[in-house]
Amino acid sequence: MLSESSLFLKGVLLGSILCVLMTMLAHIKIDYGKRTHHHERHHLQAPTKEDTLKISEDERTELSKSFRVYCIILVKPKDVRLWAAVKETWAKHCDKAEFFSSENVKVFESVNMETNDMWLMMRKAYKYAFDKYRDQYNWFFLAHPTTFAIIENLKYFLLKKNYSQPFYLGHTAKSGDLEYVSVGGGIVLSIESIKRLNSLLSIPEKCPEKGRMVREVSEDKQLAVCLKYAGVFAENAEDSKGKDVFNTKSVGIFIKEAMTNHPNQVVEGCCSDMAITFNGLTCNQMYVMMYGVYHLRAFGHVFNDVLVFLPINGSDND
Amino acid sequence: MKIHFREMASKSWLNILTFLCGSAVGFVLCSQLLSILFEEQKDIQPSILHNDPHARHSDDNEQNHLEGQMNFDADASQHKDENTDIADKLYQKVKILCWVMTGPQNLEKKAKHVKATWAQRCNKVLFMSSEENKDFPAVGLKTREGRDQLYWKTIKAFQYVHDHYLEDADWFMKADDDTYVILDNLRWLLSKYNPEEPIYFGRRFKPYVKQGYMSGGAGYVLSKEALKRFVEAFKTDKCTHSSSIEDLALGRCMEIINVEAGDSRDTTGKETFHPFVPEHHLIKGYLPRTFWYWNYNYYPPVEGPGCCSDLAVSFHYVDPTTMYELEYLVYHLRPYGYLYRYQPALPEKMLKEVSQIYKNEDTNVNQEPLKEKHK
Repeated sequence: MLSESSLFLKGVLLGSILCVLMTMLAHIKIDYGKRTHHHERHHLQAPTKEDTLKISEDERTELSKSFRVYCIILVKPKDVRLWAAVKETWAKHCDKAEFFSSENVKVFESVNMETNDMWLMMRKAYKYAFDKYRDQYNWFFLAHPTTFAIIENLKYFLLKKNYSQPFYLGHTAKSGDLEYVSVGGGIVLSIESIKRLNSLLSIPEKCPEKGRMVREVSEDKQLAVCLKYAGVFAENAEDSKGKDVFNTKSVGIFIKEAMTNHPNQVVEGCCSDMAITFNGLTCNQMYVMMYGVYHLRAFGHVFNDVLVFLPINGSDND
Repeated sequence: MKIHFREMASKSWLNILTFLCGSAVGFVLCSQLLSILFEEQKDIQPSILHNDPHARHSDDNEQNHLEGQMNFDADASQHKDENTDIADKLYQKVKILCWVMTGPQNLEKKAKHVKATWAQRCNKVLFMSSEENKDFPAVGLKTREGRDQLYWKTIKAFQYVHDHYLEDADWFMKADDDTYVILDNLRWLLSKYNPEEPIYFGRRFKPYVKQGYMSGGAGYVLSKEALKRFVEAFKTDKCTHSSSIEDLALGRCMEIINVEAGDSRDTTGKETFHPFVPEHHLIKGYLPRTFWYWNYNYYPPVEGPGCCSDLAVSFHYVDPTTMYELEYLVYHLRPYGYLYRYQPALPEKMLKEVSQIYKNEDTNVNQEPLKEKHK
């Protein structure tokens, strides 16, 4: 009897040890899984109502003025019409907007990058912006002339974000292991990120002018590689509902897709109310967006916003 | 010897069984213990690992599930800062019945999208077709279809509305199934007027009729008195029943029965009813100089940014995609914190009632100096 009970107890012991071992193994797997998933996609959210309520009345105007956004628009001569449209529409709402072109174009004021290569243009533009404006602006927004941006919504999105942190945001995509911000949706860098980028630009091993690949790698991916070396990671910008605020498509495309995919919830399923960018617009659509965003509205719908942005002097379409 | 073996064999089997039993029990007990221990840890983890503001509300789940649900929606809704008191007040004070001119072939193609967007904002909406459709639902006017039938359909539609819904609204709006109407702005426009007055509004055209007539496609809205007179006019043969041009015929009739053609422009003189989509009006040179439009407009026509009021009421030739785009641009997308240049006021009688709401809005502190600028 004694030997049997001792055997039994030995069995219990072995069983418990086995159980503990298995549980520990399982947990290590889960933890590892969770950690890798967490790094799969970085999400950055817009401020919530709780955040905005914490801001006192006095801070409002001061706060609105504290966001200084410098806009970099990379253009080529073939884009002249879009360039003109951007200049006359949303670019006016940047604290400063400059056009960086591959070559000089008559009548159109621009900073000449003297190159046709998009990555070189981007590098030079960021270097120029940092050298000249590092003390005057705290956020840098880069876009193509096919993009329409609502700078007020960008400032609202940046409300609780400290520009001395390395922010790199927009509409992200993945290329293998690399998470990068698509240039089509616009790229936002804080001054800290630009500072770090600038120090790397002179190191060809980390930030080569010509990509290591034989194939041409797009400039937005090259930027992501560079920034990664500086410890700056891409983050996808979303509203409190999880919808992207930087968009690589136009409103029309979103609507058409929604009409096919969820015809009973077309507008609800479309785009964020606080959208910052849309891409793929024609010149005419830029003007329509200006009217649609800065003019057309429904009477009697009042908003209690925490920031105040006054209309621009000497402008007639906003 | 043999007996010994069997004894030993059965004993070892028993031993093995005992051992296995023990390990099984040990395993089960242990796993139960561990799962209890880890359960507590799991509850804390989600709120740390997930970069999700909604995790905050996981505490609410226990107390009041419904409340947790509501918080989620309030947090997620983009309209969390939106105050619709004024719009709601106008909805009650300025009752509008909309009827949409459509046909059997267009219910699914066009009218459906009207129904999914702006039609919901009418106090009452009716879809008028040549034949009844109980499912949509659409009213059957018992006419034929076709452009030459438009006026006849219009007369019958207004008659139907008059016979069934006269007391249900103050104003009666006609629109096409490719017209997009912003009801809130229409209510603002009409709030200055008395529905007992004989008046109607729309996009005013000047030819053929002395006081002008309203474009059919851009939509037009009749006061209750105007509707009464219009229906009466056909009973007494004051107005003719036949015409191939709906809006012109209606305009002629309005003049005969002394219904005034109103000025629908906003307080800065910008048009509110539009016979085309925004793009056609906003882009200089889009409509060629030889286009009929330039000679038809009652007031000096404007192209470019001055074409269209901030408080536009309608656009025409709006395809289904554009219907939803306009819905998104008007009721959803907005520039946060932006102080619009045009800050229109409500008429005196309404102002007193809603002045409380204005007082609470800090942005309006800046209104006074701006108002001066734009006078």
